[in-house]
Amino acid sequence: MSEQNENLNLISIRARLDNARGKNYWRTLDELAGTEGFQDFLHREFPRQASEWEDVEGRRNFLKLMGASLALGGLSACTKQPTEVIMPYVNAPEALVPGKPLFYATAFTLSGVAAGVLVESHMGRPTKIEGNPEHPASLGATDVMTQASVLNLYDPDRSQTLNFLGEIRSYSSFLAVFKEALAAQLPKAGAGIRILTETITSPSLASQMKDLMTALPSVKWVQYEPLGGHSTRAGSKLAFGSYANTIYHFDQADVILSVDSDFLGSSPASVRYARDFSDKRRVRGSQTSMNRLYAVETTPTNTGAKADHRFAMPPSQVATFVRSLAAQLGAGGDVPPTGRETQTRWIGALVKDLQAHSGASLVIAGEGQTPEVHALVHAINSTLGNVGKTVTFTDPIEANPVDQIESLRDLVHDLDAGAVELLVILGGNPVFNAPADFYLKDKLAKAKLRVRLGLYEDETSDLCQWHIPEAHALESWGDARSYDGTVTIMQPLIAPLYQGRSMNDFLNAFTETPEKSGYDTIRDYWTKQKPGVDFEQWWKHSVHDGMVADSALPSKTLAAKAPAAVPTDNGTGGLEISFHADPYIYDGRFANNGWLQELPRPMSRLTWDNAALISPATAQKLEVETEDRVELKLGGHSVWAAVLVQPGQPDNSVAVHLGFGRTRSGRAGNGAGFDAFRLRTSYAPTFATGLSFRKLNEKFPLALTQHHSLMEGRAIVRSAPISEYIREPEFAQKMSEAPPKGLTIYPESFTYTGYKWGMAIDQTACIGCNACAIACQAENNIAVVGKEQVIHGREMHWIRVDRYYEGSADNPAVHFQPVPCMHCENAPCEVVCPVAATVHDQDGLNSMVYNRCVGTRYCSNNCPYKVRRFNFLLFTDWETESVKLQKNPDVTVRSRGVMEKCTYCIQRINYAKIAAEKDDRKVRDGEIVTACEAVCPTHAITFGDENDPNSRVRKLKDEKLNYGLLADLNTRPRTTYLASLRNPNPEIEAS
Amino acid sequence: MIEPVELPTKIGIGPLLGPGQNLASVSDKISGVVLNRKTTLGWIAGLFVSFMLMQGLLLGAGVLFLKGVGVWGINIPIGWGFAIVNFVWWIGIGHAGTLISAILLLLNQSWRNSINRFAEAMTMFAVACAGMFPVLHMGRPWLAYWLFPYPNTMNIWPQFRSPLVWDVFAVSTYATISLVFWYVGLIPDLATLRDKATKRFHQVTFGALALGWRGSAMHWVRYEQASLLLAGLATPLVVSVHTIVSFDFAVSIVPGWHTTIFPPYFVAGAIYSGFAMVLTLMIPVRQFYGLKDLITVRHLNNMAKVTLATGLVVAYGYMMELFFSFYSASTYEGFMMHNRMFGPYGGFYWALITCNIVTPQFLWSKRVRTNVPILFVISLIVNVGMWLERFVIVVTSLHRDFLPSSWGMYYPTVWDFAVFFGTIGLFLTLIFLFIRVLPMISIFEIRMLLPAQRVKEPVK
Repeated sequence: MSEQNENLNLISIRARLDNARGKNYWRTLDELAGTEGFQDFLHREFPRQASEWEDVEGRRNFLKLMGASLALGGLSACTKQPTEVIMPYVNAPEALVPGKPLFYATAFTLSGVAAGVLVESHMGRPTKIEGNPEHPASLGATDVMTQASVLNLYDPDRSQTLNFLGEIRSYSSFLAVFKEALAAQLPKAGAGIRILTETITSPSLASQMKDLMTALPSVKWVQYEPLGGHSTRAGSKLAFGSYANTIYHFDQADVILSVDSDFLGSSPASVRYARDFSDKRRVRGSQTSMNRLYAVETTPTNTGAKADHRFAMPPSQVATFVRSLAAQLGAGGDVPPTGRETQTRWIGALVKDLQAHSGASLVIAGEGQTPEVHALVHAINSTLGNVGKTVTFTDPIEANPVDQIESLRDLVHDLDAGAVELLVILGGNPVFNAPADFYLKDKLAKAKLRVRLGLYEDETSDLCQWHIPEAHALESWGDARSYDGTVTIMQPLIAPLYQGRSMNDFLNAFTETPEKSGYDTIRDYWTKQKPGVDFEQWWKHSVHDGMVADSALPSKTLAAKAPAAVPTDNGTGGLEISFHADPYIYDGRFANNGWLQELPRPMSRLTWDNAALISPATAQKLEVETEDRVELKLGGHSVWAAVLVQPGQPDNSVAVHLGFGRTRSGRAGNGAGFDAFRLRTSYAPTFATGLSFRKLNEKFPLALTQHHSLMEGRAIVRSAPISEYIREPEFAQKMSEAPPKGLTIYPESFTYTGYKWGMAIDQTACIGCNACAIACQAENNIAVVGKEQVIHGREMHWIRVDRYYEGSADNPAVHFQPVPCMHCENAPCEVVCPVAATVHDQDGLNSMVYNRCVGTRYCSNNCPYKVRRFNFLLFTDWETESVKLQKNPDVTVRSRGVMEKCTYCIQRINYAKIAAEKDDRKVRDGEIVTACEAVCPTHAITFGDENDPNSRVRKLKDEKLNYGLLADLNTRPRTTYLASLRNPNPEIEAS
Repeated sequence: MIEPVELPTKIGIGPLLGPGQNLASVSDKISGVVLNRKTTLGWIAGLFVSFMLMQGLLLGAGVLFLKGVGVWGINIPIGWGFAIVNFVWWIGIGHAGTLISAILLLLNQSWRNSINRFAEAMTMFAVACAGMFPVLHMGRPWLAYWLFPYPNTMNIWPQFRSPLVWDVFAVSTYATISLVFWYVGLIPDLATLRDKATKRFHQVTFGALALGWRGSAMHWVRYEQASLLLAGLATPLVVSVHTIVSFDFAVSIVPGWHTTIFPPYFVAGAIYSGFAMVLTLMIPVRQFYGLKDLITVRHLNNMAKVTLATGLVVAYGYMMELFFSFYSASTYEGFMMHNRMFGPYGGFYWALITCNIVTPQFLWSKRVRTNVPILFVISLIVNVGMWLERFVIVVTSLHRDFLPSSWGMYYPTVWDFAVFFGTIGLFLTLIFLFIRVLPMISIFEIRMLLPAQRVKEPVK
């Protein structure tokens, strides 16, 4: 110990402390902490303490001091914290009752397009997302990605710190650097600045960008996102001369033709479209009219699965098909030179059907087709008189519609030219998902200063000097437009977990008030927009409702003209490849979401990977089978992929899904699948010919959740054409024996006098989107098990959507069947459990008592539906703090060795029952909505009290289409199914 | 009262005892193995190998308890795998011992006297191996005691409709009776060992274990009564235990399990595999310990006959399964049988048919029955076949049941094998220890077979 520290030994400190009491005590320590000598003293590993132990008084004080120094250790290690008052709920906020969730309206955006949601919040933690019933894009339902986005909020791999070249920095130090860079740009009006964003529909962001470009007119705003509706946008410009937004009204359409469009699954308005579509084919009693859907597809999708007629063709041939259709409908264009014979046979019937329903038909083109095809489809709708009826137009919902690929190409040129001095990348992940021929990864470094705002430190952040963590949508204020232009003002549900900043926050860095909050920015914007109204009232109202009243864009009348020439290719270029958005992880942005990775893809039932989908015939020709590793080579770029033989895939064409093969997404997404973006070029963003395909002599295991797709002649999904239903309404019930009463040796005297919970699932309505499975996962704290465990057959989903094929492997009919627990009245699981861990309650629920379960798995063996799920290992993450916040506090988190299964959302049942009992009444129909029922876009699932003669579920069960799955086993399932109906065109059927 | 019988000289194939045996030689020969014989290198090597094999069980169970049953290959839909296969297999093996000691005793089959002690020991050890699996296979094994009906503050009982609860009673009763029967039968021999022992340690140990047996007439009367009563108790167990084990399957609704033929078919299978296992063990033991005079070819011949008979019952069971799947007119049953024969596990089915039906047909031939090496090979094949049978029943029934969407495959992992071979190690370790420290053949019962013991009664 040196001499100069002599005065700072414990004795002297003690002397100072002895004179301090209460508040002063702390203040003294604070003061002490401020002195350099004391800091030094604290930093010494072993202060001179030995002498202190000798005397009693000294030892006590030493311990006191050590305690204080622990607290000070924290204090001295950090920068000064802003004063933030935290308070227990001595006076609880209004409406907050512990244990009762609150719901807040906000929106989920994908490619900038919003869908209204209500977020369930438990004591300040958002746990579950529901649809907003008032919002036109939701109507109470959501899609899969919306459901899963709450998991992203709590993703432990999210970017948590502001980094400069990997070192943690403060926002103010970033602002200082940024200000300097801006100052350097001022003289040239920002000519060296490029701002790269994804599609933006937010009015406030647009206004911020506009202000920015006014201040610095030479700034270039680059917009790019890989799946941002390029063809749709370009097609509208081609048809109408200017960008337009098309809205389809499936509720008005009797005959629908989808031209490679998965409008039920992957359009920004899918949830709404699916509702409108299925409402038009709901057969009840004597109401027997159904719409008819024709689908032309380049890879199997949910839309094709629901189609009454599905035609699979390689992507290059779709244009030819549309041309001949247009020609025969008189929508312009010429008859193409060749048409396949099979096509010409049914194209005539299709033309007749469309013409017979002029004004009530609808033709929709998909993103996988060229702008010319889109334009031609607009012309067809126009010719059929659908415009204004089933198809309407508005101004674009994007703030600034541009050709995004060209926009990015400009940026690449500027990078090459060395013209970019400050590149600001807001969101997106262009390094990962830019067209392969841009070589953005190699060129990004040509920008001098690169700043990235991102949710994750991903492939793009890796190449930027500055990375700023972005706030999740549930953490920040924002606004966005939905498919029809309706604006939602998005409110945060929780303060940013990692001090993230929203785009609104961040854009203020360009202004004089760099630290202005997004909240103020948005409010200021809307104050300006709403002069002359009581703004506070308007704001409250809009935020509360989750949408701005009357903000949908007005319809426009536009005349479509057929494009002069539609380039066609008849597949002479050998093997083709088509690129598709992954239905769950989209363009890769959700790659680190375990729920989405593990959710089986609707058609392939594949989890944790993407694959090269090949038709059975082509696989035979190329001598490959599922799980073979192959090399795909296109124009100098090559990737390896695993083959998955997919019935219904057109021959001679390989379909790949984008978004996989991430290298810096986090622990769930890294290394999952292969990166199909490496084959996707700016000139062939949706499909290409001339793919070379080489089999590697290796296997790559794929985690499929369903290995057998045929019903083996069993009456599992019962389906018939509508004509048969009209002839024989009870066809479904006649497909199996009904066991008589009294077959079981156990007494059957119990009658359900109170509630009798039951569920009816309409298989005509089910589009197989899997939203129910993910909603159930979010609601019921269901664990993610990982690829290896899925391969072992241990996935945990309480409700699964089985997919069955019927007919030829080239183009099979597809049936979806959601399977939750059947809650059998004669439950086979109950009699075999040795410890009574699964028992019946008085309302007929088959309940699982987790803490009684010893894990013999006998119940699962004896369950004919195999809906029980077992915690073979410790699947639940009990370690990661952030993930714990997502858990639904009303549902037990299961541990290892315990069986679990669907409970009909018993927590929701009890919640409603308690509420009803307090009011001394019965639970009303519709008061209990299970998670799967709530999320279903098509109302395929209905839950309720079978004893209530007026309940929806009772009425559905009285339908003649109603049947029990495997009811011939005398299980008496409470979950029953309505047989699936189709409406095929008799003319095509006959041929 | 057990009638000492005249030593038959020309019944069937050879005598029950070799020539030249008398009271002293029998006692010396058997007790000598325990008391005088030096610990041979072969025994040490055998014990070592078995003991090392047993480490697989310890390691496998350790990993299992640490991580959960997910270390095995089971999944949904195949919730039961090796654990249950092994459980049924081991329990079945145990049955031969009980049959030999109880039923053959009641039926006055005096040839059993040479093999009953060994068979009973085998039963004990097999039940010990079997008894572990129901606990090991649980998701939460530390709660296994919940299957017992004990009064508790939760006021909750086991669910008595579940065959697994019946199993608990069946197996625990079986283990208890087997242990008592075996020990009671040991008492006179333990006294013999005590009397013949020269070392203090042996005298004290065997003396304590002999429970004061002096061989008085009164003792013998009590002994005879006790053995008859225990035999009477054990006899129904031979039938009931495996019947109840078969209920684990038959009570369920799984196609391939839900069959009324299961109880008799399982009992026959159990005795079949049990006799095969006795042969598998006795043949080397009589070879290495020079006991060919006590366990003669006639014994082997008799056991081979029982094996053949029960094997035929098992074959009948297989045929009935086949017939029912056709006659039930149930799609699920029909598919199950087709899948069992021609599905992904079809090879196992045909292997089991070969092992369990084809192989024992050789036993019709007297030449095969008296050819010791061939008999040994056949007994091994039957053991394998019976294991395969349980595998086929458990796995192929579960892996493709009602909804094709849920069909799956079962691939055992290294831990499945570790635990399985580990129990074989445990079993052999116990067998090795048994033949070293206890008389593996009942001394007094063999002595009853000697001519000197013959009590001549006037023929009425």
